[in-house]
Amino acid sequence: MEIERETLLLMLKRMWMIRNFELKVMEVHAAGEFTGAAHPYIGEEAVAVGACAALDDTDYIAGNHRSHGHPIAKGGRVDKAMAELYGRVDGYCKGKGGSMHLADYSIGILGESGILGSSVPVAVGAALAAHIKGEKFVSLAFFGDGASNQGALHESMNLASVWKLPMIFLCENNQYAVTTSYADTVAVEHVSDRASAYNMPGILVDGQDAIAMYEATQAAVERARKGEGPTLIEGLTYRYEEHSLGLGRVRRGEYREQSEIDEWRKRDPLLILETALISQGLATREECDAINAETVEEVEMATEFARNSPFPEPEDLFDDMWAQPIPLP
Amino acid sequence: MAQTIFVEAINQAIYEEMARDENVFIMGEDIRRSVYGATANLLDDFGGKRVLDTPLSENGFFGAAIGASLVGMRPIVETLTSFMWVGMDQLISQAAKMRYMFGGQATLPVVYRATMFYGAGSAAHHSDRSYPMFMNMPGIKIVVPSNPSDMKGLLKAAVRDDDPTIVFEDGTLFGMRGEIPDNSELPDGELVVPFGQANIVREGTDVTIVGIGGSVNHAATAADQLAAEGISVEVIDPRTLVPFDKQTVLDSVEKTGRLVVADPAHKVCSAASEIASIVAEEGFWSLQAPIQKIASEQVHIPYTPSLEKHVYPDVEKITAGVRRTLDA
Ligand SMILES: Cc1ncc(C[n+]2csc(CCOP(=O)(O)OP(=O)(O)O)c2C)c(N)n1
Ligand SMILES: [Mg+2]
Repeated sequence: MEIERETLLLMLKRMWMIRNFELKVMEVHAAGEFTGAAHPYIGEEAVAVGACAALDDTDYIAGNHRSHGHPIAKGGRVDKAMAELYGRVDGYCKGKGGSMHLADYSIGILGESGILGSSVPVAVGAALAAHIKGEKFVSLAFFGDGASNQGALHESMNLASVWKLPMIFLCENNQYAVTTSYADTVAVEHVSDRASAYNMPGILVDGQDAIAMYEATQAAVERARKGEGPTLIEGLTYRYEEHSLGLGRVRRGEYREQSEIDEWRKRDPLLILETALISQGLATREECDAINAETVEEVEMATEFARNSPFPEPEDLFDDMWAQPIPLP
Repeated sequence: MAQTIFVEAINQAIYEEMARDENVFIMGEDIRRSVYGATANLLDDFGGKRVLDTPLSENGFFGAAIGASLVGMRPIVETLTSFMWVGMDQLISQAAKMRYMFGGQATLPVVYRATMFYGAGSAAHHSDRSYPMFMNMPGIKIVVPSNPSDMKGLLKAAVRDDDPTIVFEDGTLFGMRGEIPDNSELPDGELVVPFGQANIVREGTDVTIVGIGGSVNHAATAADQLAAEGISVEVIDPRTLVPFDKQTVLDSVEKTGRLVVADPAHKVCSAASEIASIVAEEGFWSLQAPIQKIASEQVHIPYTPSLEKHVYPDVEKITAGVRRTLDA
């Protein structure tokens, strides 16, 4: 499949954006600029970026707690994302959602969920709406290898399959759920093998390769838009950092070898995409570096934006509870 | 006016709303063949895409309804209260919380019709009256109709409301007859009962009874019997618990000085508990006697009729409650 150069460069930019966003988040979190859990997406950028590059703004996604990568991959704004992490009024959710609950309804990001597996049925509902109305949009749910054991996912896959919904189930298999290896919790060798129980294609993809992720998702999107039903895609990837910021202080036992992390870092998704672009003559080293530098700059500005945005006032506490306010009890 | 039974009122509301707005659709288990009677004729007239028989996957299809509502649909989900536990995560983690958590970006006009089939020998797994649990969780509107006309009007309002709503349908009322105005008799050409407006079922001056769902009718019967003794009882049906029309209750207690709350839910942290606490907090100086909570006993629903009949509020218990407020 030919992918337009423009698409590839946009993918590279979004991957650098996620990487630099997360590095910044780790820096300011460590400096105590905001508190709370935050789950770095570093190492997994190719999965969300490759997948979202195959979607339009009118398509929908829903995600999980590891939530910064998904909205950025779909074209969300880093300033509003950063301001949300800072708990400020200019954040995506006016400070009411925080790191685990970014959402941007203007570009089809239905929201990330701190309850694992829980956003998958919701994403299926968007696909159901397309089906009922005969519209062409598709819906994609991100979930982890750990959440692939949730009943909600299995109910969702069955529903989407029996109703032939335009749905993509995208498992980000980063191999661990906090400290537990997926090999110890998933009864089949690959999460994608689970598709066979629901009579849909199950595609195992190298999740470090953004182009492979794009191509697999593109094929699933095409299938969905043609009314042929859902697809399960498993992007095999790796989380470089700790499960969550702040967790290092409380975690007691080791669960993976440094050598394993080092091995995976050799297959860094940015390295892989840049090597492909440069070797195919689609970009130069300098162009790639310039894209990286541009995103560093944007993240810097986003952080300043977040720092300068005010906190919500106490009188904002009850806003957004209801479509129209009702009397307090 | 036409005499209509409760379940028929549900059907009328669904039918009218589906005919009015093509974004309204319904899903649930065995609804195409209308096993509970509320979804008759829908499949023939609206087709399979808008009348969906679901797999037994409450978590899955409760959530799918939410997702569809987020992107412009107005889903109605049919279920029983006792099956809601299985789909609880979607109701609480998503439906109740999404709008607030996403800073107002999400709008969820989704309706769950949850039938409470209690009092008919179904035992503990099919007899739940769970609305108080949802009152404790901000974000869901809660409707408990007590007669066919309100059933129709409140369900239609629920479909049009932009917030997630659970309509708790009292299964003991499914066969209840009542007058429903014909649309041609109504000024707006249809019956829509707004949320947050209590109904004063009958006026009285000595004691106020607030009833929930099926208990409203027991309260009205008790009031009739007490009237023969010269005791004047005011019966109030809040109709919606979220939002709750506390002013009507407080005004009534100001007049009567006595409050009995009759609630088919379990007594602890019931709707009755909340109503009693509101009146204790805000209407205390009007009270001339302790508030009486007549709610279901704090025990599971036993199968055998010889035990089950002792669990729920009934005319006798409500009457005894009224007398206690007068003897005090
Ligand atoms: C329903 C639920 N159970 C447990 C948790 C606690 N928890 C948060 S993240 C996590 C691990 C998730 O693993 P996975 O799905 O593989 O995603 P990853 O963090 O690896 O991206 C757990 C157990 C939760 N948030 N929700
Ligand atoms: Mg994982």
